[in-house]
Amino acid sequence: MGIDLSSIWAVIIFIGVFMYVVMDGFDLGIGMLYPFVPDRHERDVMMNTVAPVWDGNETWLVLGGAALFAAFPRAYAIVLSALYLPLIFMLLGLIFRGIAFEFRFKALDHERHIWDKAFIGGSLTAAFFQGVSLGVYVHGIAVVSTPAGPQYAGGALDWLQPFPIMCGLGVMVAYTLLGCTWLILRTEGALQKRMLTTARPLALLLVVAIIAVSIWTPLADPDVAARWFTMPGMLWFAPVPVLVVVGVVLLLRSLAGDAPLHGPFLASLGLIFLGYTGLAISIWPNIVPPTISIWAAASPPASQGFTLFGTLVILPIILGYSCFSYYVFRGKVKLGEGYH
Amino acid sequence: MSGFTALDLARIQFGFTVSFHIIFPALSIGLASYLAVLELCWLRTKREVYSDLYHFWLKIFAVNFGIGVVSGIVLAYQFGTNWNFFSQFAGGITGPLLTDEVLTAFFLEAGFLGVMLFGWNRVGPALHCFASVMVAIGTLISTTWILASNSFMQTPRGYAIENGVLVPADWLEVIFNPSFPFRLLHMSVGAFLATAMVVAAVGAWHLLRKNDIPAVRTMFSMAMWMLLVTAPLQALLGDAHGINTLEHQPAKIAGVEGHWQNQGDEPLPLIVFAIPDMENETNHFQIAIPRMGSWILTHTWGGQIKGLKDFPKEDRPDATIIFFTFRAMVGLGMAMIGLALWAAWQRHRHAMYSSPWLLRATTVMGPAGLIAILAGWYTTEIGRQPWVVYGLLRTKDAVSAHAVGTLALSLGLFIVVYAFVFGVAITYIFRLMRSGPARYDAAHAATGGPGQAHTPSRPLSAVPDQISTNGSAQ
Repeated sequence: MGIDLSSIWAVIIFIGVFMYVVMDGFDLGIGMLYPFVPDRHERDVMMNTVAPVWDGNETWLVLGGAALFAAFPRAYAIVLSALYLPLIFMLLGLIFRGIAFEFRFKALDHERHIWDKAFIGGSLTAAFFQGVSLGVYVHGIAVVSTPAGPQYAGGALDWLQPFPIMCGLGVMVAYTLLGCTWLILRTEGALQKRMLTTARPLALLLVVAIIAVSIWTPLADPDVAARWFTMPGMLWFAPVPVLVVVGVVLLLRSLAGDAPLHGPFLASLGLIFLGYTGLAISIWPNIVPPTISIWAAASPPASQGFTLFGTLVILPIILGYSCFSYYVFRGKVKLGEGYH
Repeated sequence: MSGFTALDLARIQFGFTVSFHIIFPALSIGLASYLAVLELCWLRTKREVYSDLYHFWLKIFAVNFGIGVVSGIVLAYQFGTNWNFFSQFAGGITGPLLTDEVLTAFFLEAGFLGVMLFGWNRVGPALHCFASVMVAIGTLISTTWILASNSFMQTPRGYAIENGVLVPADWLEVIFNPSFPFRLLHMSVGAFLATAMVVAAVGAWHLLRKNDIPAVRTMFSMAMWMLLVTAPLQALLGDAHGINTLEHQPAKIAGVEGHWQNQGDEPLPLIVFAIPDMENETNHFQIAIPRMGSWILTHTWGGQIKGLKDFPKEDRPDATIIFFTFRAMVGLGMAMIGLALWAAWQRHRHAMYSSPWLLRATTVMGPAGLIAILAGWYTTEIGRQPWVVYGLLRTKDAVSAHAVGTLALSLGLFIVVYAFVFGVAITYIFRLMRSGPARYDAAHAATGGPGQAHTPSRPLSAVPDQISTNGSAQ
């Protein structure tokens, strides 16, 4: 076994999902900030900050799903069955949000409030159920062996428990903070000021959420606890809390500055990256925690190899193009600008 | 939802979401090629009518493409949520094929589509034209991947079964399985035909409303030429595809023809109308033309095919449905051939743009090609039953073990949301079609860039804001 295709695919899916979380995170966050900004023109500006760059985001989600299907069909089948209702709610939320994005600008004045509501509702729903899905996944998925292969053993409403709900709220806070700090970076004047005052309580809320999940996870899951508090796992995890504290300090300090620009956004990204990688190394090498490893869920090497070539060629191009888009549309978005 | 099993509901849900989805890609495939042709014509002749038409259909293409992406997300997840055992059994083969499709679409959307939609004033005409051609080729590559995957499920080849799951033994055999070339051509030409029908109908509608400008005439004329070529071609391809299906999936053809059993050496009749009764193994209200069936199916005057009774009851597709979906498809195909010939005759008489009955018929038949695509897919997919992977995995063994209530809830949600969201989107496409081609003014086009309101890279932003109800863009 020269090259471990399963590990490569796990990393690709890890990166793909992280790309999705980051890019769609602040889009969804902007949707959740809408209720706090009633002014129509400010809402236009908020949407305009992401309008040119959000289109690829949902494709990352499709790519994640398709890659999971291709490389780990067993995990795809079990995880998606376990997350049936949360995922359906999330997809419907995304449909509403996506369509609202497109039609809000094209709506006649008396129609616009419909798209505002669709945008807010879709963003809230999608963010909350992404968090719920994450909570269910980290918590572990009950699997039973059947003659036709392993299968999800729980019920349709198993996600209705405190821990997943808590994760749903946590992800909502994290996305809202991402959206808020993104707006600090991309807007100016009254809107930016409002976002600056909103960011601090959000940051504190996120800290509370991180602490809650960090305490709850090992309590709820003895496997994770064992991994966190024994050697050599301790060595992997010891830096994480330290870095989180550093990140929080940086975030609060950058918010206190006069003319913050990239600081708050990058600090928020860093915090989310830490949380995300922390969860990933808690689970590794399982892909259906706590029982099925990436190798047990893998499709045959001929299948994993078939798509790998195309992926390794196309993904860098897409990443490059995304960076280019962000570069082209950099700078402050101003009120009332760009209307023909 | 009493009386429905989880299997019924999962099948209805897949049928519902995939039917909604296929309409948009089918139009995207046809429009992408049409746009590439328009731009090539414009580059060669520099006649403004081609540029005007390009920009008119580009807006419709953009909205259509966007909706195709949104409705496609659901499908990427549905195999896992609803078809747990299919995913585990066939994921090693269908998974990579679908991933390649996503990568293709992704690559397109990331690169050439942006240039196509927003680059008119930013890149040279040759490069812009290249982007349009690449988008057209890309849609066809996407089609190829999807149909390779579906054809494998219909006529599996090049696989091995290890530990109870499919393993690709030879990818070339997997992709180039026996039904793949026929299915790919039939679907691609079907998309071209359906798009030509839509373009012709929009042209006819404007002509009926006395919006008789050169751009409208040109699109109507181009669409009618396209119809004249593709409608008969599609009939020939359909015939070849049918013969191929007879060879590899004889039960499907027996069901489509409502053919129960051979009567001695008697040639097969062509059953024009009947109501096949699966329970009592007979047809009600049958109307048939003697001998025609043999000629159509075996291209001889006395050939026979296997009847439904030659297959065990549990291996028969539901003829009650596919008998009719097949006839709907063929009937619409014949109607489109008729329309194309009628238009050609009126063209010959120099009356094509002014014949009110031709224009009315064309307008009414606008969706005919799209409905025929749906009917064709129902025929081939329901005709594959009771198998999901033909001869290898039964549909009832592929479905996830969800409770009926869970599936009913999600299906209900899908129906409500789709009705609202796609209702709005389709209304919007109609608004655009009603607005008609206008003189394209490159100087006032939105270019986008830093601080521009909302530009690039989203298909729908290519459309100007605020289409008012009378259809004129503000």
